[in-house]
Amino acid sequence: MVTGNDAEQVKLLFFGQLKERLQCANYTIAIKQPLSIKQLKSHLISLQPSWQAALNNDLLIAAVNQQIAQQQAIVKGGDEVAFFPPVTGG
Amino acid sequence: MSIEITISHDDFDIAVLHDALQIGNVQQGAVVTFTGLVREFSQGDNVVALELEHYPQMTEQLLLSIAEQAQKRWQLGRISIYHRIGYLPLGEQIVFVGVSAKHRQSAFDGVQFIMDYLKTQATFWKKEHFSHSSQWVEFKASDLQAQQKWMED
Repeated sequence: MVTGNDAEQVKLLFFGQLKERLQCANYTIAIKQPLSIKQLKSHLISLQPSWQAALNNDLLIAAVNQQIAQQQAIVKGGDEVAFFPPVTGG
Repeated sequence: MSIEITISHDDFDIAVLHDALQIGNVQQGAVVTFTGLVREFSQGDNVVALELEHYPQMTEQLLLSIAEQAQKRWQLGRISIYHRIGYLPLGEQIVFVGVSAKHRQSAFDGVQFIMDYLKTQATFWKKEHFSHSSQWVEFKASDLQAQQKWMED
């Protein structure tokens, strides 16, 4: 049974220039309750203060479970969340 | 009707991809293909290579969704999208998009639509390598405008 005190894992992925700036491709974060993308980002910055500038870039795009998501979208335990700059393929 | 999507480090053979669009496909009178290449000059410097990365699984899903939209909109027959990743030296092939359709205009439009959406929506990121430096490619507003014009029709 999940209680309010049990932290659940969220898998974070970073791509492109963001991955290079953070020097990190993936990171696992524990959350105690569902959070919005915006709250998740704040939580992540509290754990990794040096990532603040790179993560507070308005151009960054977020995806939850491989679907593009807005800042208010809710993230829960077990989700995969990706952050990346605008795409440049082709 | 079929959609083939490949993302690979390996190079592709245009003849093989073209054959797959054409052979045994007698209902359709047109095949149009596009191939994107690593070109030499960008922002005043000589490119020696491009490096491409992507978000596995999400990219394939996005490309499938783009191809399905094109197929529906222009009643396309076969669609083939091949995108390379990894380190691609000057002159290498990057991307192939090919479609078959009953008529020429639908086939041309289908390929343009797929490329415009691929460039603005598919989760690929490109880095340019110069002789002594490298730089991530910036998103271009002109690419977004090209994609948005399909929404006006």
